[in-house]
Amino acid sequence: MNRISEAAPAVRLAAVQEKAREAISQHATLPKIEIGIATCGIAAGALETRSAFEQALSEFNIKAYIHPVGCIGHCYAEPLVKIHHPDSGFPPIFYHEVHPGKARMLVKQFLGGGDPCFEHIYGAAQTNDLIPSVSEFARFNREVRVVMENCGRINPEDLFEYIAAGGYKGLVSAMEMPPEEVIRKINESGLRGRGGAGFPAGIKWRMARDAPGTGKIVICNADEGDPGAYMDRTILESNPHQVLEGMAICAHAIGAQKGYIYVRAEYPLAVRIITRAISQAKESGLLGNTILGSALTFDIEVFQGSGAFVCGEETALIQSMEGYRGMPRCRPPYPVEKGFDDRPTVINNVKTLASAPAILMKGPEWYRSVGTEGSPGTAIFSVVGDVVHSGLVEIPMGITLRELIFDICGGIPKKKKFKAVQIGGPSGGCLPERFLDTPIDFDSLKQAGAMMGSGGMVVMDEDACIVDVARFFIDFTQNESCGKCTFCRIGTRHMLDILKRITEGKGKEEDLMLLQRLGEDIRDGSLCGLGKTAPNPVLTSLRYFKEEYDAHILEGRCPGLWCRHLIAYYIDLDKCARGCDVCVGCCPTDAVFTTSTRKKGIDQERCVKCGECMTACPPDYNAVKKVSPAHLAPVIPRPAGSPGEH
Amino acid sequence: MAGPDMDMVEIVINGKNISVKAGRPLLETCLSNGIYIPNLCHVEGMTSPPASCRLCFIEVEGIPAPVPSCVTTVEPGMVVSTDTAAVRKLQRTALKLLLSVHDIDCRNCPVNRKCPLQQIARFLKIGLKSAPFETRLKKDLLDDRHPFFNYYPNRCVLCGRCVYLCHRKNGYPKISFAGRGFGAFIRIDLPLPDDAVSCHECRECATSCPVAALRLK
Repeated sequence: MNRISEAAPAVRLAAVQEKAREAISQHATLPKIEIGIATCGIAAGALETRSAFEQALSEFNIKAYIHPVGCIGHCYAEPLVKIHHPDSGFPPIFYHEVHPGKARMLVKQFLGGGDPCFEHIYGAAQTNDLIPSVSEFARFNREVRVVMENCGRINPEDLFEYIAAGGYKGLVSAMEMPPEEVIRKINESGLRGRGGAGFPAGIKWRMARDAPGTGKIVICNADEGDPGAYMDRTILESNPHQVLEGMAICAHAIGAQKGYIYVRAEYPLAVRIITRAISQAKESGLLGNTILGSALTFDIEVFQGSGAFVCGEETALIQSMEGYRGMPRCRPPYPVEKGFDDRPTVINNVKTLASAPAILMKGPEWYRSVGTEGSPGTAIFSVVGDVVHSGLVEIPMGITLRELIFDICGGIPKKKKFKAVQIGGPSGGCLPERFLDTPIDFDSLKQAGAMMGSGGMVVMDEDACIVDVARFFIDFTQNESCGKCTFCRIGTRHMLDILKRITEGKGKEEDLMLLQRLGEDIRDGSLCGLGKTAPNPVLTSLRYFKEEYDAHILEGRCPGLWCRHLIAYYIDLDKCARGCDVCVGCCPTDAVFTTSTRKKGIDQERCVKCGECMTACPPDYNAVKKVSPAHLAPVIPRPAGSPGEH
Repeated sequence: MAGPDMDMVEIVINGKNISVKAGRPLLETCLSNGIYIPNLCHVEGMTSPPASCRLCFIEVEGIPAPVPSCVTTVEPGMVVSTDTAAVRKLQRTALKLLLSVHDIDCRNCPVNRKCPLQQIARFLKIGLKSAPFETRLKKDLLDDRHPFFNYYPNRCVLCGRCVYLCHRKNGYPKISFAGRGFGAFIRIDLPLPDDAVSCHECRECATSCPVAALRLK
């Protein structure tokens, strides 16, 4: 390659950048309404909000540009809208939970009348003298965004917006270097695989480059399946081009010409957006033959998986792509030697690939400056469960769980106490309060017994039952086990049976030893990563929450007041209000009766413990109580001859 | 993986020096040298063994945990043990798990006394009982939808020999794994292409089934 052709990609990209600038400048003068329309936004009603804005704009005859963007990660505030009305003198302003009524009001008063409706403001997008800026909130200022930098800022369906935000510059820098140099940079950056195991990406790329064979392949693993995790989906829906760019960089580095994105069919919006992004990138010469006028040829196809959790395991993923049943096989040979179609294949997670452009653009030293020595860069978590500011958070590696859960995500709602955090989904572990000061990085979490996983984090308050949580995850893995190997197929089923028994109050003392031993054998004996890690939720909870298991087995008591067989509802007669009938009407089994003093009681034999009465009882009375073990509920006699008596 | 270019190398198995072919799976190597290792899913000469029954564990010096011997190949100088405590622990659990979903009715079973489960249980010195695990049998006792053979889900150990041998003989499998988790089974009523080899002439699956889960009608 001579010097002139080396410069070609940068020149070609500059031409596309020019086009992008032109396209974007068309809307530059109008007020801008940004609405987050990824799956989470849509679920919260973002599409209705958008039509309400459109309707109101035409009704009040106001001109504004509605800018659909991806997800910024603040799920608790969806539908989240940012309005920039330069003529009003206000900076761009975020509004949270903008439902159609609020949308109409904002058009009328802010865009029409210049009043930004202070009481509805979430925060300003920039620091200013008029309105507190969101950058003062920990949820914004403690995040460091590498992968999600442009998520929720650009229209994911418009290549030009990504280009205008500096997109594809990383690819151009990569193309200006020999492949070995790219691999060296990735290696130096210390980037570790974000799929969960944390294998160094540079080493994987190097092995694929060195592997003999032609037709090498890059696969982006977007088969995200942990309950409560949705990082990969959001990235694909909010900034697909960054993933494509990362794949192209990898292709250049390892010498691949073909790439696949393995995404589950249950992510229809992600499939649509990524497919569209691929065709746009091809039209602009950023993918396909002779990328940006160079000798690099790389094409990407979307492969829709059928949603089997185990297909996120790389060998099962390959089997599934080859048309076989998604069952893992023994490694070695590793996919980098013999992968899809027996060709050397790099399989990287969405977040790993999406980190590559920034590393190429800003350099490995910069990447290493974020995060810790052993785990450089950022981690993306979907923090869900009993936490105030749930959603996607991108944080530098090394901050503690406490900082993430309490400082950034606002802690536990309703003044309840923290009980546990489950990290890494069904493969991860449950950590108690004393681990809150554990730094978040691959090695520390593993040491604590959990794992980084791909980024699912479920926070649980004092009302959670750890045994039931373990049961839930084992139920999940048992359902998702491919059934190939003995330990995972049958072993997890026995674990599930034992856990069910315990949550029903039928546990035996020796069950805990059996769970422990069986769990260890499943861990040591299973074929693939899914099976080896399946017992983790049980093993960690046995280690850290043994007293909860003991309470279930020895006392018939569920400390979280959760397990239906071990609790009872009763009505506190001191608090119950005479004449109030709310709980009677909502009881599906006529278990609530009126006492001789015109207060209420619950017939324990009829009660199915649905908890409706507790929800219905007005907070001023708060008379319905839960208790465990069930026999502690005071017995209130049903008056003879009362309705429903049997 | 047998080939003419394979060299003979010296390895140590259970303390004895043995000269064996390099590159051959240790399971086959041990079996042909008279060292028994429990196994169910392996078929001699497989190029990529499924390693699914999880019985053929061995320990190799330098590798911290037991590994399946069907996918571990002979390398010069290896020191192999087939009977360590860790190996036996995993093997016993695996067999008990298999027995816990197996209809243990040996007296009325066509392969009584020829059954590998009986053989392995005797070898591992455990009874034909699943305790401490409770027996969990499937509801369906018989699948008779295939014209030539019957399938007994509660006998099946899902070793996959039938699927493998059918595939090897016919170029594609006419039966397959189906279902997930505990509910996984061998599906015998797959829709087949028109040129499907007639099962009537083949019967490889039924004759290869070690536990009489597939029986000719």
